[in-house]
Amino acid sequence: MENSSEPIVHIKHLTKSYHRGEQTVPVLTDITFDIPTGEFIALMGPSGSGKSTLLNLIAGIDKPDSGTLKVGGTDIALLSEGELADWRAANIGFIFQFYNLMPVLTAFENVELPLLLTPLSFKERQERVELALAMVGLSDRMEHYPSELSGGQQQRVAIARAFISDPVILVADEPTGDLDRTAAEEILAILDRLNKEMEKTIIMVTHDPHAAKTAHLIRHLEKGELDVEN
Amino acid sequence: MHFLKLILRNTLRHKLRTGLTILGIIVAIVAFGLLRTVVDAWYSGAEGSSETRLVTRNAISLVFHLPIKYQDRIKKLRGVTEVTHASWFGGVYITEKNFFPQFAIDAKTYFDVYSEYIIPPKELTAFTTDRKGCVIGRKLADVYGLKIGDTVPIRGTIYPGTWKFNVRAIYDGAEAKTDTSQFFFHWDYLNESRKRVIARSARTTDWVGVYAINISEPSRASEISGEVDKLFKNSLAETRTETEKAFQLGFVSMTEAIVVAIRIVSYVVILIILAVMANTMAMTARERTSEYATLKALGFSHHFISGLIYGESMIIAFLGTLIGILLTFPVAAMFSAKVGTLFPVFGVSLETIYMQAIAALLIGITAAVIPAFRSAQVPIVEGLRSIG
Repeated sequence: MENSSEPIVHIKHLTKSYHRGEQTVPVLTDITFDIPTGEFIALMGPSGSGKSTLLNLIAGIDKPDSGTLKVGGTDIALLSEGELADWRAANIGFIFQFYNLMPVLTAFENVELPLLLTPLSFKERQERVELALAMVGLSDRMEHYPSELSGGQQQRVAIARAFISDPVILVADEPTGDLDRTAAEEILAILDRLNKEMEKTIIMVTHDPHAAKTAHLIRHLEKGELDVEN
Repeated sequence: MHFLKLILRNTLRHKLRTGLTILGIIVAIVAFGLLRTVVDAWYSGAEGSSETRLVTRNAISLVFHLPIKYQDRIKKLRGVTEVTHASWFGGVYITEKNFFPQFAIDAKTYFDVYSEYIIPPKELTAFTTDRKGCVIGRKLADVYGLKIGDTVPIRGTIYPGTWKFNVRAIYDGAEAKTDTSQFFFHWDYLNESRKRVIARSARTTDWVGVYAINISEPSRASEISGEVDKLFKNSLAETRTETEKAFQLGFVSMTEAIVVAIRIVSYVVILIILAVMANTMAMTARERTSEYATLKALGFSHHFISGLIYGESMIIAFLGTLIGILLTFPVAAMFSAKVGTLFPVFGVSLETIYMQAIAALLIGITAAVIPAFRSAQVPIVEGLRSIG
């Protein structure tokens, strides 16, 4: 997908607004920035600053009003709904604040979900899922349902699900927002390993300055406009 | 495989809600099946009628009878193979509640014309040689515990007095739809008794209710009917001849409003459960908005999400209908036992089962249409924000 000399995310003059009745609420205004391949970036800002909206746009689950949004060289704003679904399945791994696991599926089955969209055989899927769950330290929890796991364990399952299909980018929306300090540290350590050892580009939205420190680059959003900070 | 697993587990997620919805479908399907069976029973006389049989009655009304001498004249017509007659007796066995039809018949010819009534030859001989003998249907014998040799007292309502008959034969039906709740006795016995009671009253004796005519070619039914009626044109008792089916449907049309009402109620029952089921599926889909959004974010298509909802709806409808259909049989049997011989032929037909299955398909698909469409259309971002 990516050419290492080019940024994995290229954003230029991006704007996004929401409509509430007849009222138009601008969320992102003229955003321009690039994210290099293999970067671990934290997007910070107060509530309503537009950081989650920016993350959603990069992840291809929302569409911009105007501007250029290229991810891995693909202008995703031009893709149809069906093409976007296929594109997300191949390129994006999602980590949500509240884990968003399927409660009726076991940890194994939850992690296996993205692989159902690939032509892999059951045996191949099984090997990959077991490896992924071992990487997040949950080999002994494979047959457990989400309700039988702690918050930290559920988020680790969600992380395994996010990288199981080997996407280029992992997007994490407040991944430690619902966790205690210890569990949050474990999650941040796993994300750091995924970035360093597996060279995943990680884009993380967070309120937590401590979590943001795990990232290599921090960007602040304020009232829909981007500021730069190290 | 995973698709089915997800559907099945989602179906069992809220056991109480799913169970109650299935229970509702079971009740609706049983009620629908029972009501359809009642309607079928209403038409059973017409359905069980023969294509080679015509019925001749008084042109004015069934209340008026026909002279016995017509029998020989009708028999002489080309294409007529046998003619018999029957007269409604309208008596009461013990109490009015014990309703079953009683006919005074021509013992020599009746069972040749109505060959679907199967009587052992010995019993038939016993009946024909006993002027006070009677033939009863198997259902009648079972319901009232009657057997060969028993004496059955019938209190006449049209023909006064208590009439005592000896059970000489029990007939079975050639087919399941054959009415085996009837009671037949000798017209000669009735006629002679009337003669003794009402001496020299020619207008009330030697008359019969209707003639049943066997014809050799069903295609000539209309032609022969016309010939019979022409035969007695401008006579003291003009006739009206029609196929047995048309004759029976004439009775049904008298109670058409009831049949229509039952039909409407049967469809209303399905509509009600459809609304209940649609509500269940709407609640289910609304609760899982966030999960569906997650699946879409992971790359699953709108069709996959719709498939999950349709699948769950179909499983619930299928389970409810399967149990409902299976329960329809014992419930119909209990109903039939309760109403006795009011419905001579009462059985769940294959057509009713098909209609129950179609109703289930309709419920399963229709209930999921709106929830599936809405869930597929909800934008991912909006869906992720929803609280399940």
